[in-house]
Amino acid sequence: MSHRTFTITHENLLDVLTNTIAVGNRLVAPVRRGKKLFFRDVQEVQSIVFDFIQSDESPKDLVFPRVEPMLAHEYNAGNVYLIDFAEKLQPLPTILFGTRPCDAVALSLLIEFFNEGVGDPFVEQRAENLTIISIACTRADSYCFCTSVGVSPNDSRGSDVLLTPIDNDQYYGIVLTEKGNAFVKKGGDNFIPSEPKDVAQYIVTLREEFTPQEITQRLANAFNHPLWMDASLRCIGCGTCTYVCPLCSCFDIQDEGTQTKGVRLRCWDSCGFSLFTLHTSGHNPRHIQSERWRQRVMHKFSYIPQNRNLLGCVGCGRCSRLCPADMNLKEHLCTITKEMTEVKADR
Amino acid sequence: MKQLHERAHELLEQKAVSVIIGYGEGTEGRVRPVFIRTLEAVRLLVWDDRCRVNLAVYLNKPEIRKFGFPIAVVSTPATVRTIVQLIAEHQLSIGDVVVLVRENDTVRALIQKEDLEQYARNNPVIFPPFVIEEIELLKKMSIEERFTYWQEELAKCFKCYACRAACPLCYCEKCITDVNQPQWVCVAPHPVGVFEWHINRAMHLAGRCIECGSCTIACPVGIPIALLTIEATRVVKEEFAFTPGIDCNAPSALSTFRVDDKETFIR
Repeated sequence: MSHRTFTITHENLLDVLTNTIAVGNRLVAPVRRGKKLFFRDVQEVQSIVFDFIQSDESPKDLVFPRVEPMLAHEYNAGNVYLIDFAEKLQPLPTILFGTRPCDAVALSLLIEFFNEGVGDPFVEQRAENLTIISIACTRADSYCFCTSVGVSPNDSRGSDVLLTPIDNDQYYGIVLTEKGNAFVKKGGDNFIPSEPKDVAQYIVTLREEFTPQEITQRLANAFNHPLWMDASLRCIGCGTCTYVCPLCSCFDIQDEGTQTKGVRLRCWDSCGFSLFTLHTSGHNPRHIQSERWRQRVMHKFSYIPQNRNLLGCVGCGRCSRLCPADMNLKEHLCTITKEMTEVKADR
Repeated sequence: MKQLHERAHELLEQKAVSVIIGYGEGTEGRVRPVFIRTLEAVRLLVWDDRCRVNLAVYLNKPEIRKFGFPIAVVSTPATVRTIVQLIAEHQLSIGDVVVLVRENDTVRALIQKEDLEQYARNNPVIFPPFVIEEIELLKKMSIEERFTYWQEELAKCFKCYACRAACPLCYCEKCITDVNQPQWVCVAPHPVGVFEWHINRAMHLAGRCIECGSCTIACPVGIPIALLTIEATRVVKEEFAFTPGIDCNAPSALSTFRVDDKETFIR
C-alpha cells in the first residue's frame, strides 16, 4: 500500500475521535490522574492530554495486561467444567491514540515477541484489534535516549498512523497500514489529502550518546565488572522500572482457587525482585540487588540482541524518570560505553 | 554544606565510619542517595530542602551492611525517628549508626541513646500540608465515599512494591506477600490482590510508621499510600498513647502482651 499523506486541524481531529467513540470503538489516550499521566479509556475527548513528553505508565497493558485470566475450572456434581479464556476474549476494536513513536515501536516488538513460536492467543487477538495513532515528538527531556538505541522521535514502526504537529494547530499525517487507512477513511473530509512533506523541522533533535552496537559489544565481557555493584548500591529493589517499561515482558503464572473452582492468571513479574529467581531449594542465583540490576541491563542490551538482532529498550526514559532512587539508565549506559573501556573489562 | 563536608571528612579520616550515606546531585535537579567511602568523594555530598527521602532504608540493605558498622547517615527528623525505631525493634544497636543532623545551623553527630531520643522528641516529622488536608478530607467522607476513593486510587496499583522497598521499616527478609507455601496474599494485581496487599501493609505498619512519606514519594503511579499507615499510626497513638521512633527501648504497641491490660478479650 502506498503511504497516504494528509493534514488535519486539531479541532477536526477531536471530532474524528469523538465519532470513533460514538460508533462503538474503544478509545484509549493519555489522561491525567492527579500529577500522573496514564493511558486510559476516554469518553470525553477534551480530557485527552496532548502536551507531554512521556506518559508515566506505558500502554503495554493494552496487549499484555497486568492480570490476564487464562484458564478456569470448576468441579460441580461429579463434572469438571473448563473455560479457555483465549476463546472467550473478543477484544473490542480499540484506537490507541497519542502514543509516542517509541511506544509504538515497543508495542510492535512486544507483540512480535509474544507471537514467536507457538504464539500467544491473548496478545495476538488484542493486537489484531488495536489501531495505533502516534504523535511524533517535538520535545524531549534529558531522560529520553531513543536515538541512541536505534529509534527516532518520528519513528513510524508499529504505528498505523503517524501524526506530526505542524504550524497553525494542524497535524501532518502519514497512513502506514490498512488499519490506519480504515481509521482515516472513517474520518472522511476531516482529513485533507496532502503532498508528502518534509516535516523534519518540527521534530525534536536528540543527540546520539552511543550506538546499540557499542553497548552490546562492551557488555559481552562485562559480567564480572565492579560497575554493577557501584551503580546499583542505591537501587532499592522495587519493580518500578520493569512495570513502567513498555518492553519488559516477564510474567508469573498464578493459580487462585478453592477446592471446587479456580482460575489461572498471568501476572507481570520483575527481575528486580529477589523472589523472581528464588529456587524451591532456597538457593537464589541472584541473591543481591546488583546481580538483579545487571540482569535487567544485560537482558535488554546483550542477551536480546544476541537472539533477535534488536535491543530490549526503545529509550523512552520512564524507568529513569520514575525510579525512586534516581537510577538513570541513559547515564548508566553512557558509563558502560564511555568509561568502562578505561578499566579492564573483565576480571 | 561546608560543615557537613568537614564532619564527613573527619569521620572518614579517623575511620570512625565505613561509609557515609548521604544525598548527592542527581538527574534534572533531583537529589539521589550517595555512598561516600573516600575523602575525595566527600565533595559530592549536598544538603538542602530537596533532601527528603528517608536514607535509613539503606541500613537494611545487605550490600551496605557489608561495609561494616558504624555507618553514618545524613538524616532528616524522620530519619532519626526511623533509626530510633529500628533500634527499638532490635534491627540496629546503639553505636551502629552515626546520625548526622542539622541543628541551629550546625551539623551534629548523634550516636548515644539519649542524644537520639532527645533529638527525635524535639524535632517532629513535618509533612507537606496536603497530607493533613487529605486525611481531614477522607475523615469527612462517608464509609462508602471513602471506599470509592480507595478503589479509584488502588486501581492504579500494579504491585511494583516500591512502597515496600522505599520503607525503612519494611525490613522483613521474607515479606508476608512473598510467602507462597501457602500463598497468604494474592500475588495478582487485581482489586482483591491489591487491597489485600495494602491492608496488610497498613496493619504491619500501624504504630510503627514514622510518617516520612517515602512510600508516597516512591509510588510511580501517584497513590497517596502513606495516608493509610499515617492514619493507622494515629489511631494507635490515640488508643495506646504510643508514638513510634522516640524511645530506643519502647516495646511494640501492637505486639506486646501485658498482664494488666484493661481489655478482657486478650486473656
